[in-house]
Amino acid sequence: MDLKDLYRDIIVDHNRHPRNFREIPDADRRADGFNPLCGDKLTVFVKLDGDRISDVSFSGSGCAISVASASLLTESIKGRTLPEAEALFKQMHQLLTQEDAVIDLPSLGKLGALSGVREFPARVKCASLCWHTLDAALHQQQQVSTE
Amino acid sequence: MSAVEAFARGPGPLDVTAIRRDFPILERTVRGNPLSYLDNAASSQRPRAVIDAMSRYYEQSHANVHRGVHWLSQEATDLFEGAREKVRRFINARSTKEIIFVRGTTEAINLVAQSYGRTQFGPGDEILVSWLEHHANIVPWQMLCQQTGATLKVAPITQSGEVDFDAFAALLSARTKLVALAHVSNALGTVIPVHRFIAAAKARGVPVLLDGAQAVPHMKVDVQALDCDFYAFSSHKMCGPTGIGVLYGRESLLAAMPPWQGGGDMILAVSFEKTVYNSLPYKFEAGTPAIAEAIGLGAAIDYLEALGMERIAAAEHELLVYANERLATIPGLRFVGTAPEKAAVVSFTLDKVHPHDLGTILDSEGVAIRTGHHCAMPVMDFYGLPATARASFAFYNTRAEIDRLVEALHTAREMLG
Repeated sequence: MDLKDLYRDIIVDHNRHPRNFREIPDADRRADGFNPLCGDKLTVFVKLDGDRISDVSFSGSGCAISVASASLLTESIKGRTLPEAEALFKQMHQLLTQEDAVIDLPSLGKLGALSGVREFPARVKCASLCWHTLDAALHQQQQVSTE
Repeated sequence: MSAVEAFARGPGPLDVTAIRRDFPILERTVRGNPLSYLDNAASSQRPRAVIDAMSRYYEQSHANVHRGVHWLSQEATDLFEGAREKVRRFINARSTKEIIFVRGTTEAINLVAQSYGRTQFGPGDEILVSWLEHHANIVPWQMLCQQTGATLKVAPITQSGEVDFDAFAALLSARTKLVALAHVSNALGTVIPVHRFIAAAKARGVPVLLDGAQAVPHMKVDVQALDCDFYAFSSHKMCGPTGIGVLYGRESLLAAMPPWQGGGDMILAVSFEKTVYNSLPYKFEAGTPAIAEAIGLGAAIDYLEALGMERIAAAEHELLVYANERLATIPGLRFVGTAPEKAAVVSFTLDKVHPHDLGTILDSEGVAIRTGHHCAMPVMDFYGLPATARASFAFYNTRAEIDRLVEALHTAREMLG
């Protein structure tokens, strides 16, 4: 188990320079995510155009894994439809939690960089927080906690 | 020969090499590296003497206590009550009637809240705590306030992480019914000069509970000299087993308090018309107690006393001074909590590296520290931090382990800074 597997270059880059790290004041959907174990707090904002996600962003603070994961999330779901986002959420959940998951890694693009997290069970919640928060936002729940 | 046998002979500093041989877990590796266990404020490790005392009890002496006339029941009772006497002597209580076995500090505080507080407090009454408290010395009082209509008051802290004495004194009033204070802060390591706080409370006739979870393992505690009314601590932070701790209570207060849990062992006579409660300390110990754990705690006390609490405190202070020196050389490292008097706890942050990432990177080098809010979220809020990294030392730690911590912090800076 190598640390470089967890902190891959893409992760380090997205932590240092998070993409779509801003608020969307007129967001159609938003939810707050909280990881009480490490104090990660983030808010996900979604702007919809019909059933298409026209803009998505996040704010808050957290560890490198949670910030990079949220940053990668925003890049990967912008422009997708709600069912596509839902499908991606399920795939990410499998990628992060199931050892024997059959996942088409190339189809995940940069998100595949998070596959190393699975080897660090204590950190899975950091990577999945933004996805649960997005899911809560899309299902119009206001708050989610990964405890 | 164990370190205890070697040291019991005479004065001089502790021989850490010999001591480490007494702790089997310190020999293991983590992720291919030797373990550097620097998370002692969360839970310490156990010497073989404690593990053996518990095994021996289960292999040779187990039966239920206070019940049977048969041999083993008497033997188990003698061992269990012998452990209570060791605790009494260790903290210098007047009587074993004042030593209540509980699951840990948390349960001890809940006991006081639900037995003492619930019958004594009402609307308008106040409980005074500090901003430094562990959640275990906050939440039981909040629950009590909801039940009784009492109010929780909080004495502020200073930037260095000390409880502001003047502000504390100003919050004491005729409405204050109890002061509940940490003896040593778990998140920052601050040693609170409790004598001063107790004297101020006593001047107004206010009883004082001390949360001693972080103090008892690292310094000589004398409840009579402190003149506190309740003192709570946990076995697992002082080289004893998990699942047991102690509530010390002043006998006059305990005698007047109702039981908080009912069941076997806490009664003298039961009928459907009337139950007569047992005397102290059994009134507060319903059901079969954690017998092996109490015996293990007794063995831990024997071990600590043989090393000497003064020598333990001196060894840990030396580690603290060394860690402060070494950590201060790391660019971007900020100490959180800089009180002049501290237990061997260093809380810190590192620029651009979240404490949780630090925890993982250090772990990959075999260095175990705590990262997070340390069950003291108000302290984190005070400093405007979501979390800190916390290294906490015990007498079995070495300078080499601190060097490993420092090296791993440099690695973290290179990776993520």
